[in-house]
Parts: sequence; structure tokens; C-alpha cells
Amino acid sequence: MTTNECDVNTDSYLRPKRLEDIDKRPLCLSGKGVTKVFGTGAKQTKAVDHVDFEFHEGELVSIVGESGSGKTTLSKMLLGLLSISEGEISFQGKPRDISTRRKKQEYWKGIQAIFQDPFSSFNVFSKIDTVLLDCINMCGGRHLPKAKKVEMMTEACCFVNLKYAELTNKYPFELSGGQMQRLMIARIFLLKPKILLADEPTSMIDACSRATILDMLLHLRDEIGMTIIFITHDIGLSYYISDSVYIMEHGKFVEHGSADEVILSPKAAYTKRLISDVPKIYEPWDLSTV
Amino acid sequence: MSKTMLEVRGLTTKYITRFREDVYAVDHVSLSIEEGKSLGIAGESGCGKSTLALSLMGYYFAPLHYQSGDIIIDGKNISGMDPDDVRKSILGTEIAYIPQAAMNALNPTRRIRKFVEDVILAHDPKADRKQISEMAEARFAELGLPPDVLDKHPVELSGGMKQRTVIAISTILKPKVLIADEPSSALDVTSQKMVIKMLRDLMEKGYIRAMIFITHELPLLYNVTDDIMVMYAGQIVERGTAKEMVFDPVHPYSRGLMHSIIVPEKGTRGHKLAAIPGTPPNLKNPPQGCRFADRCKYVVPQCRYNSIPMIEFDDSRGYRCGHSVQHLREVYQHDDE
Repeated sequence: MTTNECDVNTDSYLRPKRLEDIDKRPLCLSGKGVTKVFGTGAKQTKAVDHVDFEFHEGELVSIVGESGSGKTTLSKMLLGLLSISEGEISFQGKPRDISTRRKKQEYWKGIQAIFQDPFSSFNVFSKIDTVLLDCINMCGGRHLPKAKKVEMMTEACCFVNLKYAELTNKYPFELSGGQMQRLMIARIFLLKPKILLADEPTSMIDACSRATILDMLLHLRDEIGMTIIFITHDIGLSYYISDSVYIMEHGKFVEHGSADEVILSPKAAYTKRLISDVPKIYEPWDLSTV
Repeated sequence: MSKTMLEVRGLTTKYITRFREDVYAVDHVSLSIEEGKSLGIAGESGCGKSTLALSLMGYYFAPLHYQSGDIIIDGKNISGMDPDDVRKSILGTEIAYIPQAAMNALNPTRRIRKFVEDVILAHDPKADRKQISEMAEARFAELGLPPDVLDKHPVELSGGMKQRTVIAISTILKPKVLIADEPSSALDVTSQKMVIKMLRDLMEKGYIRAMIFITHELPLLYNVTDDIMVMYAGQIVERGTAKEMVFDPVHPYSRGLMHSIIVPEKGTRGHKLAAIPGTPPNLKNPPQGCRFADRCKYVVPQCRYNSIPMIEFDDSRGYRCGHSVQHLREVYQHDDE
């Protein structure tokens, strides 16, 4: 990829600005007392324990916590892949109803996800253009002429800085991790869901391609107005990218607010510890507090 | 002047593919580490960091082959040795290695105590098991691992604990040089900090005398190592002290890497996060001139034709670029404005 005929301008972002009117926007996804209990009797564990959240339209929210804090369980509940033990999730102001398969499929048109491991996110038997074509068919483009479909796919590939012409006859495993993750974003670009749930999308990619992925997520937010829920354990990343931050400890939200509030003046002890554990550049990193 | 623990001169190693093509994954790499110092190697995936680590410890199993160059550990040249001899006499005592995936490094059916015994018995078949146990207990306690770890199976330990156990096992014979290949990239921040603390303890207590730390997380390198080298497409493109490399990188690629740093601090405000476009060159037929030319913002036509040597400047630093240091600094200053 030495020359890109359609380059995304990756230079454009300083630290992205928090959208000012975010609190006044309509709610996209909200939850009250959402709980997930695994096991029964004495072995019962509450993976997610009565959490409340409000995600506004066009907001980039990040959920930060250590391994085992319940981030992924919560994300699976948001996606409707796990049932909720208690509580209620509302989607676009109405209580979410995913009781039947058809209703679930309808819901998934509004919410899509990118997972941590790009290598296992694709069907290994289908070629890349099949993957993209499926997306077009899924969101009602089944009857479009072929030329239009190709145009759409080229546009999606351009958006993520890949070349459609080089990809058509390849299988996903022929790409590198960063390229696969970008292809995943190309899918999202075609599907244009209301909400994108990104579960640690950059943790398996090196720091350099990470910047590209983050830029693309920001483009999605700004150009399509997508709500992005970004799940990560890297608090630096969440500070850089998000409008609001939720900090999760043992299945509970211990703190939430705008990124500046939470990261620069943390109140909860857990947040303070998380921040102090990240290697720093401008301040000394204290190793004695382990 | 302290003693040089590890010296590498013009090391070149290659992979031979199925089609008899040579891929030079490590190309004329030279480095030296003094006693008590640590060296960080940074670079993106596929730039040859891990191959360099394997080459340094003489782990030449097909398809990796040794081509040329010297590896001198504490005055002893190990380059060109048979990999089986290296295993017997070098690994563990002279040089030790920590892999990225600690979970895959431990056999799930054995207890931790058994691994420690294996390591010691492999080098000294007559060692007494009781003594080994006592020694292992003392060492584990000193490094802050709970005593019951020795009698557990690997699956009973958490990811961070497993990684720390692997470190304790691999340094049990007091190797001179420790190579840590992304030891913390699979861990969360708290476990990462414990791993780093442990490596620093090992260094302070003299169980290891020099360390090479490989990662793509620059804020981590900045805090852990004394010097940083940046690797690109099998070559070292810049080296310097950690501080110089983070705040005053000279090579356009290192500068690109430094711009991908994200830290939760006030200083990041207004800091521009810039990705380097494009992908690294295919090493089957590397470009004739500068290997970074295709992705470089400051490329001029002669970059593509002249092969570029490592140029020394400011005493201990070096870089590999066709432009002069002064020119690059002026260009960067202009860019920042």
C-alpha cells in the first residue's frame, strides 16, 4: 500500500474534542440495574452487579476495567448474546425486546461489534468480497445492481485505507492483524448500525496500527454519528479517544463522567490506582506501590 | 568503564522459505550492552524484533538460519554454535529468554516445582532435589511470589502470576543476559507493573546482569530501559538513550512511533496522534535504498537508490537516514508549527 488513491486523512485529529452538547442528545442505549449472575447457590457470582448507564447518540463512551471486572460480560449483554438476570436495557428510548429470533435480528441491525481477536472474527471459508457482500445484503441492498454493490464495497475499503481490487480474491487469513481489524471496520461502515460496540479492538495490534484504528473509529462517530462503546483496559487509550468514561470494578461502575473529569481528577480509589499503574512519560512512574 | 556483557557485531540471520528464497529478518544488527544496563527494542509487528531475540540466544532451528556476524556474551563468542550445544551450555546460564505467551510455555500437567528441577538438572544432573527445592523456595520468596506457587499447576495461576513464575524459573541459574520478548503485552496494567517490578528487582539483586526488553509499547520502554533501539524491516534505524529517543527522535520512523504514544496525562493534550501510513516492505526483495522510503513523509529521490549506513552523532546515538540530523530537526520544527 504505497500509494493510496483515496487516503483517509489520518493527520486531522489532535486529541479529539468532547462534543459539547452530548448530555442533551437523546439516549441511544440505557440500562437500569443490569445484573448478570453466573452459577447457583453457594457458587453464585455476580459478574455484573446492578449497573446503570446512559449512552447518548453520537457519543464515544469507554468502559475501563481490569481483567475479570465484568467488561466483556456487560458487552455480551448489551449485544443480546447473554440473557440479563435482572434489570432492563432500553434501546432508543424503548425497552429492548429480543425475545424472539426475528426481534433479535432486528436489534442486531442497530448494534454491531468489533472483537478483540481479528483472526477469529471472520468465517475462514468465505472470501473477503463475500464478507462485504453479506453486509450489503443484510441491510437491504439485496436487489441493487452489481456495479452499485462493487461501488459500495470500494467505498468501504477506501474508508479503512484498504484496496478493494487487491482484496477480492483473498481470504481473511491472508491479511495481517491490523488489516483484518480494518476490514472489520469496513463491515461496520457498510452496515451503518446505530451503535458500535468495540471490545478491546486494539489490544492485539501494535501501537502504530492502533493509531489508524482509533482514527477510523473517530471518523465513524463524526461522519455517521454512530454511538461507539469502547471497551478497554488501557486507561490512556480511553482518555485519548472518549467523550465519557465508565470505570468498572468487580462488576460495578465505581466512577463515570467526562474523560477529563475522570482521568485528570479521579475520585474513586480504584481509578487512582489504575492511573498510577500505567507507565508515564511526563511524570515519574512509581514502582514501589505494587 | 564498566564491562560489556553482550556485544553483537553485524548479526545477519535469515529464514529460508519453502521456495528456497532467503528472507533476511535480521540484517547487520550491531549492539552492545554494558553490565547493569538494559536495552529496549521497539518496532511494529513483523519488523524482526522476535527473530532478533531468537538469533541472540542461538536458537537456530529451521527455517531460521545463521548467516554472519558475532554474538559475544561476557567475552565468549557463541555465534555459529550448534543449537543443541547452545541449549546445553548457554541457555539458562549465559542467556535466558522470556516468551510473550507464558500460558503456552508451561506444561499444564506438571507442578511448578518440577519445572525448576528440570532447569537445574538439565545443567547439573547430580544436583540434589532437596537442595533445589530449598533454593527455589528462597528465590521465589525473595522475588515476592507466594510460597504455595511451587506446588501448584500452571492452570491454577492467573496470567500475571504465570508470567512472573516463568521469569523466576528462567532466571534461576543467574543468567548473564535476560531477553524479555513482550513479557507484559498480554497482561493488564496492574500485572504489567508487577512484572516490571520483578525484572527491576532481578537486576538490582544481581540475578541478571543485563537485559534486553522487546515491546511495541513505548511508554513502557521509556520507564524500564536505559537505552532504546528502534527496528524497522530487519534493520536498526535509530538508537539512543530512552529520554533522547522519546523526546528527540531523529529518524522519521522513530518519530512516527513516538507520535503513536497514548498516556493518560495532561501532557497528551494537543499531542498529535499520527499513524504512519502504509505497511513495511516485503523482506523477500527489500528495497535497494532506504527501507522506510515508501512510507516516509520526507522522502527525496536519492533515498530510493543509495543504501544508507548507520551514522553516529551526539557521542552515543546513531541513525540510518539520508538526511542530516540538522536538516531533520529543522523539518520537524517546521512541522510542529
